Amino acid sequence: MSFFARFAQNRGALIGLIILMTIILMAILAPFLYPDSPWRMVQRPFLSPMEVDGFLLGTDTMGRDVAAGIMHGAWVSLLIGLVSTTVALAIGVPLGAIAGYYGGLIDDGLMRFTEFFQTIPNFALAIVLVAIMQPSVTSIVLAIAIVSWPPVARLVRAEFMSLRHREYVEAARLVGQTNRTIILRQILPNTLSPIIVLASLMVATAILLESALSFLGLGDPNVMSWGYMIGAARTVIRQAWWLSFFPGFAILLTVLALNLVGEGLDDALNPKLSRERS
Amino acid sequence: MLYARLILMRLLKAVVVLFMIVIFNFFLIQMAPGDPAAILAGEAGATDQEFLRQLRERFGLDQPLYVQLWRYVSGIAMLDFGYSYRQQMPVLDLILARLPATLLLTGTAFVLSLALGIVAGSMAAARVKKPSGSLIMALALIFYATPLFWVALMAVVLFSVYLDWLPAYGMYTVGAGLDGFALILDVAKHLVLPATTLALFFMAIYTRMTRASMLEASQQDYVKTARAKGLSPRVIQRRHILRNALLPIITLAGLQAGQMVGGAILTETVFAWPGIGRLMYEALMQRDYNLLLGIFFFSAALVIVFNIITDLVYRLADPRIKEGS
Amino acid sequence: MSEPVLSIRGLTIALPKGADRPYAVEDISYDVERGEIMCVVGESGSGKSMAANALMGLLPKGVRPTAGEVIFDGQDLLTLTEKQHRKLRGLHIGMIFQEPMTALNPLMRVGAQISEVFEAHGKYNGKERQAHALALLEEVGIPQPDKAIRAYPFQLSGGQRQRVMIAMALALEPKLLIADEPTTALDVTTQAQILELIRDLQKRRGMSVMFITHDFGVVAEVASRVCVMRYGQIVELGPAKEVLENPQHEYTRALIEAIPSNIIPEARGGERPAPLLEVKGLNKIFRSKGGLFKAAREVRALDDVSFTLAPGETVGIVGESGSGKSTLGRCVVRLERPDSGTLSLSGTDFTTLTGEELRRQRWRVQMIFQDPYASLNPRTRVGYAIAQGPMANGVSRDEAMKQAGELLDLVGLGAVAVDRFPHEFSGGQRQRIGIARALALNPELIVADEAVSALDVSIQAQILELLEDLKQKLSLSLLFITHDLRVAAQICDYIIVMQHGRIVEQGTAETVFLSPREAYTRELLEAIPGRAHELESA
Repeated sequence: MSFFARFAQNRGALIGLIILMTIILMAILAPFLYPDSPWRMVQRPFLSPMEVDGFLLGTDTMGRDVAAGIMHGAWVSLLIGLVSTTVALAIGVPLGAIAGYYGGLIDDGLMRFTEFFQTIPNFALAIVLVAIMQPSVTSIVLAIAIVSWPPVARLVRAEFMSLRHREYVEAARLVGQTNRTIILRQILPNTLSPIIVLASLMVATAILLESALSFLGLGDPNVMSWGYMIGAARTVIRQAWWLSFFPGFAILLTVLALNLVGEGLDDALNPKLSRERS
Repeated sequence: MLYARLILMRLLKAVVVLFMIVIFNFFLIQMAPGDPAAILAGEAGATDQEFLRQLRERFGLDQPLYVQLWRYVSGIAMLDFGYSYRQQMPVLDLILARLPATLLLTGTAFVLSLALGIVAGSMAAARVKKPSGSLIMALALIFYATPLFWVALMAVVLFSVYLDWLPAYGMYTVGAGLDGFALILDVAKHLVLPATTLALFFMAIYTRMTRASMLEASQQDYVKTARAKGLSPRVIQRRHILRNALLPIITLAGLQAGQMVGGAILTETVFAWPGIGRLMYEALMQRDYNLLLGIFFFSAALVIVFNIITDLVYRLADPRIKEGS
Repeated sequence: MSEPVLSIRGLTIALPKGADRPYAVEDISYDVERGEIMCVVGESGSGKSMAANALMGLLPKGVRPTAGEVIFDGQDLLTLTEKQHRKLRGLHIGMIFQEPMTALNPLMRVGAQISEVFEAHGKYNGKERQAHALALLEEVGIPQPDKAIRAYPFQLSGGQRQRVMIAMALALEPKLLIADEPTTALDVTTQAQILELIRDLQKRRGMSVMFITHDFGVVAEVASRVCVMRYGQIVELGPAKEVLENPQHEYTRALIEAIPSNIIPEARGGERPAPLLEVKGLNKIFRSKGGLFKAAREVRALDDVSFTLAPGETVGIVGESGSGKSTLGRCVVRLERPDSGTLSLSGTDFTTLTGEELRRQRWRVQMIFQDPYASLNPRTRVGYAIAQGPMANGVSRDEAMKQAGELLDLVGLGAVAVDRFPHEFSGGQRQRIGIARALALNPELIVADEAVSALDVSIQAQILELLEDLKQKLSLSLLFITHDLRVAAQICDYIIVMQHGRIVEQGTAETVFLSPREAYTRELLEAIPGRAHELESA
């Protein structure tokens, strides 16, 4: 069975993929559909959804178009999610690979380091980092990457530890392959599926983290993000609930879609169910 | 005896971790843009040059870096977390005043999420491939994907604004002057929304984990043995599958405790719950870095305490560690 | 003859769609008589356990009986509801399984797990249950039963756990005991004890046993009657003595012959020439790091081990699990580094080489691994997997690939196999690929670590034949590590017996097998299943 056929067997994953495609499309189309800055005040404030034509989701406390904010926010969420996950992988994969492959003191040292980062409460650390570095897309990406690499390192280490003593790896050592070749050609390719699955879930978590930071006022002041929109509308929740509702719902859909896709990838890449039957 | 030794070792490890956090904090202050003295004083209050000079002298900021580090570390060793110029109070007093509220909130949410998560997860595991099982998992997935602060806000809109069932802000009814049982009831009422919204996300995690862990355990050989004995499915599920499946969940719960302290920052902010999370938000708004880093230190300490507790529980639950030699 | 305890008539069990064949078993019929041990024999995939699982109501999901009946106690077990099945299990039919290490709940005390059987069927009150559990543990011969009853499974050895399993299965004196490969995971000496226990209990209680196994040696030890299965069908059925001595079907004959039954090895060679490999005073201690709760533990895996191996010779290292035989092999190929002692290979000291120097010299000693499913990278094409060795040692890719094709031809797979992935091959074929990989570097010595242990007997015979053939053609020097004395007898010139990290006895295969000096060696030889039978017929 082909990869996609296995993926498509999971109906949830297919739905997730469709939602995700839609959000990506939103992010791409935002500059064309709403060429103006989403920060521009375009109407009177507190328009409720569909009250005035052309303002599908109404306007916020300052008269900015909520729909425009949501379209532009999609771009920011996806960008930060992807980039911070990439950075986290770039930290976690090599650390985990080295710790798992070499073991011994190197492993002990690296794992103490990883444990330290795991002990610190993620979100509090992210807040402190962004607050000290001053909010910007870069600082947010860095902070999210710094709090989210430990699970990657642990996963990769565990995979490497179990594969390191697999007979084909020992055979590779015996025929005289170098450690570098063994790590890159023998072991790493066989750890890719769990890493890919984890990465898709990490993008989801990163988006949640970013929205929470923006909600607390730690978003990049130059970009419109969903978390910021909710945070800004918090004080008027009694008068205008929709200002918080729509961006939050957008986050929910995006994160849900990524999780569904992650589960589908897991099914497609690690066919556990077929093993269960035998 | 064994436990005393374990706790001692864990405390030792905790001290090392906290020490590292202190050093980490110190360098964060150095990293921040602007004058460290200004940062310590709180940005806005730092316009007076004479005041700044005094501050520098007082904090030894004119000294070399290692002397500063030593002062900072030894200060914290004496439980001196500095002074919040914004709140005009020592950081430690501020935090200790807010800590009980946070413990109440996170403790309630922790117990709630773990209990409900395990129940829901085992129900889902027993109903694999049935609509009811899929429904539980779909709900768990949705809760898992929902931003915590958004759920909190929506809960305020629904239960407080529209239905007017529960109070949405604070920990007590202000000015009611309640005491005794009435006070407990009042606090409990205020606790419902924040604790539930905080618990939802974690409940989702425990539900998914319990289900996966139970499905895994149900594949084990000893389950087949139990069936061959003629035990009823209920007994097998409870005594053989669930008990074994709970072990990894205890470990996970310890790890998640840290996330829960983080989540409390968001829930406390939305519900104006007077805990250290809310305090952190205030510190953030006022760029009160001294206070911010103090809270950061305490939240890490809280996580360590949670971890030690789960470690002890794990050892109680698994005979292979307890009696292993 | 009285009525059989169990009667299987025309049983057909369907496999789920997508399996490699439509039926697990097809139209099989056999009886288990009162007071007999009925052996169901077959290789993996023969469907030998299917009927047992069906009558216990323990078939995996998606697998279900479609025709036939299984009569026990006057009723057809296939028509029972789950609830009725539950009443039957443990009470009238007991069952034990292959893996004693995982078949007990790790979190429950042994006594509680036995008492559960009484509880499930509403027998006795709490105190009586404990007393009965204790009596059972005594009956199955567990040392210090009063302590064992309070133990957790991890505190018992494999053999003891299997005894606990037996105690549980027999708790309510069932009429029928189903034993599904109960000794496969055990060492030979433990296997012999468990077999004796089962035979003994069967006689004492007069119950019937359905004994499922892949090993004709075990059959010879315990069976009253035998049912041989292949591809879900019965090949031969009859009294054990007749089937063993005069097999009618060629498959049965092949199976019996495939067991390296010739325990008496032929005398080979005379004087041993100058050694290729010289091992002197090798020591290796494994230290588990002490945690907070565990003192650091030391296991002496190798204790002053010395031996030599001559060019063109096959030396067998024989021992049970924990004897240190695998550690010895891993030290020789330098996957482990010995703590002290020397290993020299045609004069070069192999012990102290490290890093780049070791990597350059590695080609000289190669290894054939145990698990054909783990020894090939699932993402690497077979030809490339073989060519990697020469390439790492400076041979060009084209040249190495060409050579890989020739090697695959040599091991009987044909050069066309180069472009295929490991999952396209069966276990035996993969083992051939592993052999080709070991040969690719033209090594001076090959270490084979349990190289045929994971294979079915008929495949085992083919691989041994291939090795024998290659030995002749390429005058290979082989260090052959195995737990199976029958295999060792067939291929080795010289035998080293190990126990607890020490060499107990060494000598030519002939002397070790025919006139063992040490008690442990004799014990091992006596424990070989089916040996008594073979000596009788010899």
